[in-house]
Amino acid sequence: MSPIISVSGLTKTYGSDFHALRTINLEINRGEIFALLGPNGAGKTTLIGIICGIVNPSQGKITVGGHDIIRDYRAARSLIGLVPQELATDSFETVWATVSFSRGLFGKKADPAHLEKVLKDLSLWDKKDSKILTLSGGMKRRVMIAKALAHEPSVLFLDEPTAGVDVELRKDMWEMVRALRASGVTIVLTTHYIEEAEEMADRIGVINKGEIVLVEQKAELMRKLGRKQMTLHLKTKLDMIPAALAAHNLTLADQGRELIYTYDTQSGRTGITALLDDLGAAGISFNDLHTTQSSLEDIFVDLVRQRS
Amino acid sequence: MNWRAAAAIYKFEMARTGRTLLQSIVSPVISTSLYFVVFGAAIGSRITEIEGVNYGAFIVPGLIMLTLLTQSTANASFGIYFPKFVGTIYEILSAPISPMEIVVGYVGAAASKSIILGLIILATAGFFVPLQILHPFWMIAFLVLTAVTFSLLGFIIGIWADGFEQLQFIPLLIITPLTFLGGTFYSVNVLSPVWQTIALFNPIVYLVSGFRWSFYGIADVGVGVSLGMTLLFLFTCLGVVWWIFHTGYRLKR
Ligand SMILES: Nc1ncnc2c1ncn2[C@@H]1O[C@H](COP(=O)(O)OP(=O)(O)OP(=O)(O)O)[C@@H](O)[C@H]1O
Ligand SMILES: [Mg+2]
Repeated sequence: MSPIISVSGLTKTYGSDFHALRTINLEINRGEIFALLGPNGAGKTTLIGIICGIVNPSQGKITVGGHDIIRDYRAARSLIGLVPQELATDSFETVWATVSFSRGLFGKKADPAHLEKVLKDLSLWDKKDSKILTLSGGMKRRVMIAKALAHEPSVLFLDEPTAGVDVELRKDMWEMVRALRASGVTIVLTTHYIEEAEEMADRIGVINKGEIVLVEQKAELMRKLGRKQMTLHLKTKLDMIPAALAAHNLTLADQGRELIYTYDTQSGRTGITALLDDLGAAGISFNDLHTTQSSLEDIFVDLVRQRS
Repeated sequence: MNWRAAAAIYKFEMARTGRTLLQSIVSPVISTSLYFVVFGAAIGSRITEIEGVNYGAFIVPGLIMLTLLTQSTANASFGIYFPKFVGTIYEILSAPISPMEIVVGYVGAAASKSIILGLIILATAGFFVPLQILHPFWMIAFLVLTAVTFSLLGFIIGIWADGFEQLQFIPLLIITPLTFLGGTFYSVNVLSPVWQTIALFNPIVYLVSGFRWSFYGIADVGVGVSLGMTLLFLFTCLGVVWWIFHTGYRLKR
């Protein structure tokens, strides 16, 4: 299936020499949850802003649902719902008035039943006649989500939806995002919480200093992360791995002083007991051992550090 | 044309006006009444008539113009500046709407409000002085054209402004003085020839003159010239607005 969003050769320059985005190429698949991770100032909000029409691109081409965001902006933008990073609401409007306004702004016929469902899903129904300024911060964020959903978008952008949101509400939001995905909505979210990306995303993209440094299926990433290594510090150096141990996934390191065993924690059996038995039988003894496991956070930090 | 979007913005802006309905209506009614008391009583006792028109009645078109100009610019500039200021402009920018629809919504609402105010002042004036409207069609035409033109100007100011002071700047420093000097309270013909020539550089002279003509059939400049100038301002403002959207000036980063 063709991607719902396709970004190619996108750059954004502020002033004459500040590159907020450098040659971004990215495709978002229909119906997926895509998490964009990156440190402060990486360019996440800028990228989203350009796709949604708030920031002018310097170069490059973007299509949403096959429509060019500049030439065919009406068709492209009709598909998009945006929840920006900053809280911005019309304080003196009621919740109901503001979501109705959003729907009208996107050219959709009034549909009270749809708005009612959106507000109920976001637990805002009992607040529908309240002025927005009387709501709490978390409620305001949900009002912004309701506004974005008022016109039934096919793609929803959530720019740090859970920043400053309590644990309970965060869980609810994850639930809501999953339900939206189940109804066919594509979701692009940015976050600073790695566990959020782990929990939610189908695919993860990492952006740093205006460049996409990694895009990968989360399952693939997790598989890499699920791998664990056990390092044995040998009493005596080995020149090569003895034939008796060939069946195990072993490598030598530190000039034969260390034996590294790589295994998958997600498979039922780690094979550690068998390895230890075989080591004993082969007469190989060790002083010490330790295990390591990289997390998404490690990979993320590594990636970001490599580039800087 | 996405009429629903334009209507949504229009309704939103009118609702904002509605929330401050009382002060929107009460303040122009009070200030107009004050003008009549002050100018009508103080000056009217000395100048009873100008070109055959009762002085109190003579200043009515000018007073309406004064409100029309200041209210149109103030409303429209605030209307577009405020979303920029609080950040809600993101929704307008990301919506599938054309600049045309944005302008119709914001400028339409600002113009509507000032037209309503103009009519309220007209009605209030009716209590104080004998009014006469010789050319009702042209009276409404000047009213609407001026309201739209100055709402466009306000829209431009609102987009240009970076702070609330700048929002006040043009209305306070340019529009109000030009209105007072533009024959609101007197006929330009009473000025010395030199000042008459200078006055002709004041665009507001043409607006007030044309508007007054629609009431009493008397004018400082030909009514065709007034209409032509009004349309010239209208198209100049439209051109600037078009340029703003064409270049994304101050709206998009
Ligand atoms: N209007 C602007 N003028 C100049 N530079 C800007 C402007 N807007 C953003 N930038 C710069 O562009 C870079 C990317 O900013 P952006 O907001 O996209 O980062 P981000 O990844 O969303 O960060 P965060 O996680 O803090 O939200 C930053 O260095 C920022 O300072
Ligand atoms: Mg950001």
